[in-house]
Amino acid sequence: MCLAIPARIVAIAEDGVTAQIEVEGVRRPVSLALVEGCGIGDYVVVHVGFALSRLDPMEAERTLALFAEAGLTGGAAS
Amino acid sequence: MSTGSRQGRVEMTHGGGGRAMARLVEELFVAAFDNDLLRRRDDQAQFAAPTGRMVMSTDSFVISPLFFPGGDIGSLAVHGTVNDVAMAGARPLYLSAAFILEEGFPLADLGRIVDSMAAASKEAGVPVVTGDTKVVERGKGDGVFITTAGVGMVPDGVEIGGDRARPGDAVLISGTIGDHGMTILSLRESLGFETGLRSDSAALHGLVADMVASVPGLRCLRDPTRGGLAATMNEIAGLSGVGMMLDEAAIPVRAEVRAACELLGLDPLHVANEGKLVAICPPENADRLLAAMRAHPLGAQAAIIGRVTDDPHHFVQMETAFGGRRIVDWLNGEQLPRIC
Amino acid sequence: MKYIDEYRDGALARKLAGAIAAEIQPGRRYNIMEFCGGHTHAIARFGIEDLLPPEVRLIHGPGCPVCVLPVGRIDDAMAIAARPGVILCTYADLMRVPASNRRSLQSAKADGADIRMVYSVEDALTVAAENPAAQVVFFAIGFETTTPPTALALVRAKAEGLANFSVFCNHVLTPSAMEAILAQPQDGPDPVHVDAFVGPAHVSMVIGTRPYETFARDHHRPVVIAGFEPLDVMQAVLMLVRQINDGRHQVENEYSRAVVPEGNRKAQALMEQVLERRDSFEWRGLGALPDSALKIRDSFADFDAERRFEVPARSVPDPKSCECAAILRGQRRPEECKLFGTACTPESPIGSCMVSSEGACAAHWTFGRFRERRRA
Ligand code: SF4
Repeated sequence: MCLAIPARIVAIAEDGVTAQIEVEGVRRPVSLALVEGCGIGDYVVVHVGFALSRLDPMEAERTLALFAEAGLTGGAAS
Repeated sequence: MSTGSRQGRVEMTHGGGGRAMARLVEELFVAAFDNDLLRRRDDQAQFAAPTGRMVMSTDSFVISPLFFPGGDIGSLAVHGTVNDVAMAGARPLYLSAAFILEEGFPLADLGRIVDSMAAASKEAGVPVVTGDTKVVERGKGDGVFITTAGVGMVPDGVEIGGDRARPGDAVLISGTIGDHGMTILSLRESLGFETGLRSDSAALHGLVADMVASVPGLRCLRDPTRGGLAATMNEIAGLSGVGMMLDEAAIPVRAEVRAACELLGLDPLHVANEGKLVAICPPENADRLLAAMRAHPLGAQAAIIGRVTDDPHHFVQMETAFGGRRIVDWLNGEQLPRIC
Repeated sequence: MKYIDEYRDGALARKLAGAIAAEIQPGRRYNIMEFCGGHTHAIARFGIEDLLPPEVRLIHGPGCPVCVLPVGRIDDAMAIAARPGVILCTYADLMRVPASNRRSLQSAKADGADIRMVYSVEDALTVAAENPAAQVVFFAIGFETTTPPTALALVRAKAEGLANFSVFCNHVLTPSAMEAILAQPQDGPDPVHVDAFVGPAHVSMVIGTRPYETFARDHHRPVVIAGFEPLDVMQAVLMLVRQINDGRHQVENEYSRAVVPEGNRKAQALMEQVLERRDSFEWRGLGALPDSALKIRDSFADFDAERRFEVPARSVPDPKSCECAAILRGQRRPEECKLFGTACTPESPIGSCMVSSEGACAAHWTFGRFRERRRA
């Protein structure tokens, strides 16, 4: 449920709430009314036109590292 | 050309059969489409019938918005029918065009559409030789609807049909999928999208001629318009009584189309194309066909995207880039953005 | 696409698949319910089942808002839309959901009701502002992810005095539905064996990880909150298999890049301000569940479509022979329904599980049918 994808904030209007996000050259307006402390360049997870969460780049790396780690054990088994 | 027919708006009298209509036809349509057959001003076009097999096709065009990056309803109406004729391997010869205009539609816009249509027809080398105009009251149309029909000749020895795919055959596509549909969708103001996308609307008969010349044993040709590649593959699978196995990683999709699909919850396989074709040929001809396609500007990004399989269920399946398998089904209902 | 493509890597997927296979204990079965339709969709779209060992069975849970909305509520929405002067704004997902008598919002629209598809509740506010003479009703559905935007719209409508706007509120709560699944008898003719849960991705961005503690602590079920990308799902399966093997039952967070334990406080506060729990709400398939949905608070009563318009509010039984109920609870597989693929297809759905591409039946029809022959 709840189709949402990570997208980069590329512009924020003066009201601090209306932002433009971009994914691969596709831009669309989103509302930042439900998140705090997001700035240009941040990635946010967008659902029905609203940013709902700021994506944490460190955690994203950590998760990818987890995959790789699990893959190491798995690679031997398969 | 007088500018009188390009100012103001469409009025009911423009379809009334009187002088206003005659002027519109003369100054706008005949002037733009200008050719010998049309200039005779008959109610029909007369031309010599070549011997051999003819094909005929017709299509109606309703699109909103009427103008979009990469084309407009006029060029689309030419390309669409030229392509439908060409998908028999045929050389398109003549087109007809019928317009339903809504009262109040700006004549300047109609002029732009007709000019673009004429340009598309000249570029394709397929003249519009007969036509018709009707006007409906304001509110009973959506600006302009266009119906075109086309006739063409199939070269001797060419046998192309949706029922001719055989297990083992190769499946090819002439380029990136979803460009047209996503361009149109992004223009819906409610979605508020900005992309650099353009419609791929184009006449494909030149590409087809090169393909047929290189691989006369070509079995199927289809342009994956509404319903996208998924619909076309399912049509052919049903008609030929075969299955299909596509290779997701091999299907060319622009990054922007992919991103817009992710945002809206759509599948690029369901998104419409107006300048692409799917070809099926015996496996031993696949590389030659691919080379012929890539040598043509409209096939520069052509790819082999799968193979025909033996499958009593006629499933179209796909090996996903992720490493699994799935079915590629028809689009259900309208193509609408999802939230879940 | 950054933060998407990395999580779809086929080479890593094969390695993770190897890791999962290596952890499987002989003779053991792993019945894992992915609660969310988002996971169901990913599993189907990427063909994840092909990469999992046969000992792992994925059970498609009820986490698709379209699928759990009961017939009666669609009938209600159609009754509202049929009133003169009403414009009903809805997410497109709802257009084809079957209501009573094989009708739907789509057929109501064809009959002349003014039903408009919106992509965001803000668009519904715009429609209201642009049509002051009309009554604009937003058909709000969804789990906790979709709820905060609705709450925000209500706050805005009140602040701006948008008197012609109201919300038909159908927001439901994830933990209640998980509770209901576990509360079913575990014996009898149709026992449900859910050993573990893949927990919601985007719902958890809003509610955090804590609401799932009770499933680990009291029900002894491991929960791994996972993102909606296919590698996230595989990683969650691996983590759950390990928990099951170890006899652990903990809440783990695989989706830590977007989910923090406390969730989105701002969104939570907003929901709290505008909405409150209903005593009971009917779910398609699961029946009436206590404390499982939200309604609009008295302080926003003026914007509550249920109070502004009379709605029939009839409870309508699910279509006969539709197995959605058992499927949503994990008791049956879609292909076990007699109507599957015959009377019921995505083109003419009978039950709601066949409508949304996240529904278990539609996912199986659309992406998985070819596997039946292998299983048979
Ligand atoms: S196949 Fe159709 S009728 Fe059967 S359970 Fe699924 S939705 Fe219901």
